[in-house]
Amino acid sequence: MTRTPSERFCGHCGQDRAVGHHDRCDRAALLEPPRHCAACRRRMVVQVTPTGWTARCSRHGEVTGEPV
Amino acid sequence: MSHIIEVARQQVLEEGRGLTEEQLLEVLRLPDESLEELLALAHQVRVTWCGEEVEVEGIISLKTGGCPEDCHFCSQSGQFTSPVRSVWLNIPELVEAAKETARTGATEFCIVAAVRGPDERLMTQVRAGIKAIHAEVDINIACSLGMLTQEQVDELKGMGVHRYNHNLEAARSYFKDVVTTHSYEERWATCDMVKKSGMELCCGGLVGMGETLEQRAELAAQLAELDPHEVPLNFLNPRPGTPFGDLEVMDGRDALRTIATFRLAMPRTILRYAGGRELTLGDLGARDGLMGGINAVIVGNYLTTLGRKPEEDLDLLNELKMPVRELQKTL
Repeated sequence: MTRTPSERFCGHCGQDRAVGHHDRCDRAALLEPPRHCAACRRRMVVQVTPTGWTARCSRHGEVTGEPV
Repeated sequence: MSHIIEVARQQVLEEGRGLTEEQLLEVLRLPDESLEELLALAHQVRVTWCGEEVEVEGIISLKTGGCPEDCHFCSQSGQFTSPVRSVWLNIPELVEAAKETARTGATEFCIVAAVRGPDERLMTQVRAGIKAIHAEVDINIACSLGMLTQEQVDELKGMGVHRYNHNLEAARSYFKDVVTTHSYEERWATCDMVKKSGMELCCGGLVGMGETLEQRAELAAQLAELDPHEVPLNFLNPRPGTPFGDLEVMDGRDALRTIATFRLAMPRTILRYAGGRELTLGDLGARDGLMGGINAVIVGNYLTTLGRKPEEDLDLLNELKMPVRELQKTL
């Protein structure tokens, strides 16, 4: 997966993606929305709906999931 | 053929009497070589006593996170260092979620809140939400709001709540290893009040939480004693930060054996695939479970995690020639 420079942190574990391995996190991401902002690692407010999800960072705004 | 399968064929399939706890334990101990035969029997039981139809439901979290309880499997407890943050859904969002659910062909929409029991703020939100959904969406409404008082049971019934979910979660003998902030008996009391009110009771639990096979059989037998209208069967999805976060995902064959066991305990109940099935069973297992005793599914996403695409489940039901139950038949 290609990541932009702003995607520094892992949305699953919140750690720096340059440190350690995140293969397990990436697999987990198939079945859960991100919990941490990729730009600043803050915990996001996440709402899951029957066919989608939104995750909101207080600094970097909202990301919306593909409808499942 | 295994002796217990022969017994179950006569007792459950022919006579409609669920297996006893001791018999259920025998089923759970069946070797992998008997699994195919066991699933085939469980499927025959479900078709004979429940029919071909499958009930489809969507769920939504009205109030996420910040729960004061310590259910060790749950990422929404405020007592653990889970990354799940607290959030409330507003009424327009709730109505939109009901519409999303109805568009999938589901007949049930369950409103869930992560609470010990509903306070006045939550009851006010539920009251307004149900009124708004009833005005705009043709769907049955279920609720899952924790432990209730008799007054709350009566009020929810008066609002037109079709079914109330409150799981036992675990067998009585294992409950204290799963939850310490309330008791098994408190859970049973709410289930009992719901049943007596005339609302349909939805009551199930989780497996794969480190319980023994004896305790898994015990849970099935205790659910059978309670005799709920619906039993949602969840497989532990170990959540980061929870006390059960490091447990291994349940073996798929054990999960399928558990499905068949629950069906042989409760031949007439709606047995629903609930959380964790994607992780535990994958795509192939979804099919095996539907051919092994399951007759209801949660489509789409769960409360804090994601599920399969609704069309994947609906296509599978179509391929298996299992009709989706229509709304008027659930009323």
